[in-house]
Amino acid sequence: MRFRLNGRTVEVVAPPMKRLLDVLREECGLTGTKEGCGEGECGACTILVDGEPVNSCLIPFAQARGARITTIEGLRGTHPLQDAFVSEGGAQCGICTPGMILAAVALASSPSREEMREGLAGNLCRCTGYEGIYRAIRKSTAVRRKAAARSPRARSSVTGPPVSVKRQRAKRSPPKSRRG
Amino acid sequence: MVAVGRNVRRKEGIAKVTGAARYVDDLSFPGMLHGTTIRSTIPCGEIAGIRRDFGANAAGLVVADWRDIPGQNAVALIENDQPFLAERVVRHAAEPILLLAHEDRETLAAAAAGIAIDYRTEEPVFDPAASPKIFKRIVIEKGDIRRGRKNADLVVEGEYRCGLQEQLYIETNGVIAVPENGGITVYGSLQCPYYVHRALVVLLGLPPEKVRVVQAETGGGFGGKEEYPSMVAGHAAILAWKAKRPVKIVYDRVEDMLATTKRHPARIRHRTGVTRDGLLTAIEIDVLMDGGAYCTLSPVVLSRGVLHATGPYRCHHVRIEGRVTMTNTPPNGAFRGFGAPQTQFAAEAHMERIAEELGMDPVAFREKNALRAGDTTATGQRLGRDASALRVLREAVRRSDFRRKRKAWRGTRRGIGLALFFHGSGFTGSGEVKLASKASLELTETGARIRVASTEIGQGTRTMLAQIVADALGIPYDRIEVSDADTGCVPDSGPTVASRTCMVVGRILETCAREMRAKLRGVSPREYLRRHGPLVVTREYERPAGVSWDEETYRGTAYGAYGWGCDVAEVELDPVTYAVRPLRLTAVQDIGRAIHPVLAAGQIEGGTAQGIGYALLEEVVMRDGRMANAQMTNYIVPTTLDTPPFDVTIVECPYSGGPHGAKGVGEMPIDGPAPAIINAIRHLGVDVREIPATPERIFETQVEGRSRAGRP
Repeated sequence: MRFRLNGRTVEVVAPPMKRLLDVLREECGLTGTKEGCGEGECGACTILVDGEPVNSCLIPFAQARGARITTIEGLRGTHPLQDAFVSEGGAQCGICTPGMILAAVALASSPSREEMREGLAGNLCRCTGYEGIYRAIRKSTAVRRKAAARSPRARSSVTGPPVSVKRQRAKRSPPKSRRG
Repeated sequence: MVAVGRNVRRKEGIAKVTGAARYVDDLSFPGMLHGTTIRSTIPCGEIAGIRRDFGANAAGLVVADWRDIPGQNAVALIENDQPFLAERVVRHAAEPILLLAHEDRETLAAAAAGIAIDYRTEEPVFDPAASPKIFKRIVIEKGDIRRGRKNADLVVEGEYRCGLQEQLYIETNGVIAVPENGGITVYGSLQCPYYVHRALVVLLGLPPEKVRVVQAETGGGFGGKEEYPSMVAGHAAILAWKAKRPVKIVYDRVEDMLATTKRHPARIRHRTGVTRDGLLTAIEIDVLMDGGAYCTLSPVVLSRGVLHATGPYRCHHVRIEGRVTMTNTPPNGAFRGFGAPQTQFAAEAHMERIAEELGMDPVAFREKNALRAGDTTATGQRLGRDASALRVLREAVRRSDFRRKRKAWRGTRRGIGLALFFHGSGFTGSGEVKLASKASLELTETGARIRVASTEIGQGTRTMLAQIVADALGIPYDRIEVSDADTGCVPDSGPTVASRTCMVVGRILETCAREMRAKLRGVSPREYLRRHGPLVVTREYERPAGVSWDEETYRGTAYGAYGWGCDVAEVELDPVTYAVRPLRLTAVQDIGRAIHPVLAAGQIEGGTAQGIGYALLEEVVMRDGRMANAQMTNYIVPTTLDTPPFDVTIVECPYSGGPHGAKGVGEMPIDGPAPAIINAIRHLGVDVREIPATPERIFETQVEGRSRAGRP
């Protein structure tokens, strides 16, 4: 099956009903996408499909046909969020981090606290209490703004690879109810 | 430039944000099989027979039971009472009985479905108070309790209850066992490599040098990967030993929640004498914890529980009795705080009630009784100058504008409450002396390499230890490397638990670094190596002066140092759903010295969030001795939407026995949120004495409270 993976067109053979999460980790060898629960609750397996954050444990590989898929490896360590997650304590144990960063990539450009809370409600972090994550997102916003002001042409290089990001889109899986 | 106190670049930071960090499920070995565990479906009884019908799935399948164990069928810990695989007797649901392995995971799952186990069931015990077996009983006595009672004008009694809590690290338990060189190597998600090492030596009957345990990058532990990885590693090792091939076992979420350890549920009773002007004269506490089916770490959990049971208060006459008993549920075990969150929840909920009975301001009441420098604790330990209860209390009250809000919100839907608490750093009593932890420092061409068994599980171990070494050695932080936690090349620096890594292991490393610096005498590492050859400095834990402990009488220095904390919770009650929403949490915590302020704040924020879950959301529902909500869908931990803004302040009252004055930080933050929130709910007029304070529980309390009040 042919699709775009981290900016490149790839041809991957795997059973159509295999979880996309497993195809990415096994057939594609990209182990940066993590499994936390296998039921779409924790968001550790979040990837971007056509710019939208989705839980890759819930989608069959068949749905990848023709899609543009971005995993954490696709940010190539150059996205300002990645640096900010390190310096601001947004990552502790790191297992939710790839999914959390991708969910954060899909947030509005300068998200308010409420927008961050809403947009990240499908991504569980057990280590940070989320404060470090908010700090990291705020810092990366500031870094991006500064970089944009300095040189408008340099913008694409600091915002990472050519990922189409639809801003202000909520995750496909609804936010957790308080007493599910 | 000095490294300590600065937010230096985290050692494994980049690997974690790029997906390059390798967790156990990211590792693979040639010829590797996948393993799975067949578990009991009953809480108590005997195995009558095992029927196996593998059909077409039999080819390439490896099956192991207890008879395949080459050494001893017991997880080596405190009592060695827990088998790796049940032989005849079943003492809890989800107890491991059989192991299967196959190359293909789907075939493995199909084969597992072909097993049926027949049982002779017996009547299980679920009530810890009715248990026939006590794992441990501890009594702490100070002064003369009868005299204390005589001096009291008022006696306040109360009973408080805490439920189970699941660690819910986002990475489930997992290991890979690889047979090699006539022994076994295990890679795993774990906190304590040498605990697993010891368990495997006993299980396999191998000499210690034939067993190697390597920590893979670990996706959270919180105590949940303190003792249980020994079990998972043992299972993978049994299969690998039999199959002569590498075997990977990674639990799915349901299995992890059903089978692994949780925080001990507790029932705590207080009976307190107090004078009319608010002076504590007698404290009597009875603690009962549910240990589950096997002993595991229950005696030490109880120990930390009773040692913190008074809360940070002084009183001349104290009697504390604690018991932890056996029930037919999966064993409970280590979880951040380790007994102290339970007992300090009770203590602080009770203090609030005493203040209320006296008609006293809750802050003034605590100020009057809080432990100060020179006071003695329940075990007779005299506190040093770093006892900062009053300081953190006053700072939290000031920062949160507690007094004004307390007055202004009375009669509204908003409530504010506080909790004062403390937490002992390091192992209890003579634990550190018995552990005799070692740490090594090896000179490299450009700097030094740290060799310790202390694990990085998210808290920043590698970074923080490298900072301490860099400054003691006078070499820049970037030139300090940290070896993997691999028993093949690091000494046993003890388990990564008990808020001990920075204070205890950091201190040993600081000593190593000073010795190395003296040996270098200003010569560069490269030059030294050229002239003298390799240099490794290894040092062992040294008991600080004036520390003594009597295990028999529970008198003496329970902990080398204490952290001190005060949390203020602001909440809102929904009058329709009875849900309590936290609005803000102010946390003021004295940790001696923040080696890396961002990492230290991260510990406080994360522990506080887990404490909020403990207080309001996280309910383990047990049905017939089995967790009925073993899924993330209905075991709810705080999401971004459940977590309020935190205002964290770090106070630094240094401890002379810690590196740069550092005390423990990891556990204390989870002691405060539950009582602060319960006291905020009390401010709303709701008398709830059990956590989690779910809407159902608050509703019941309200309705019962009203009907009680309405009685003639």
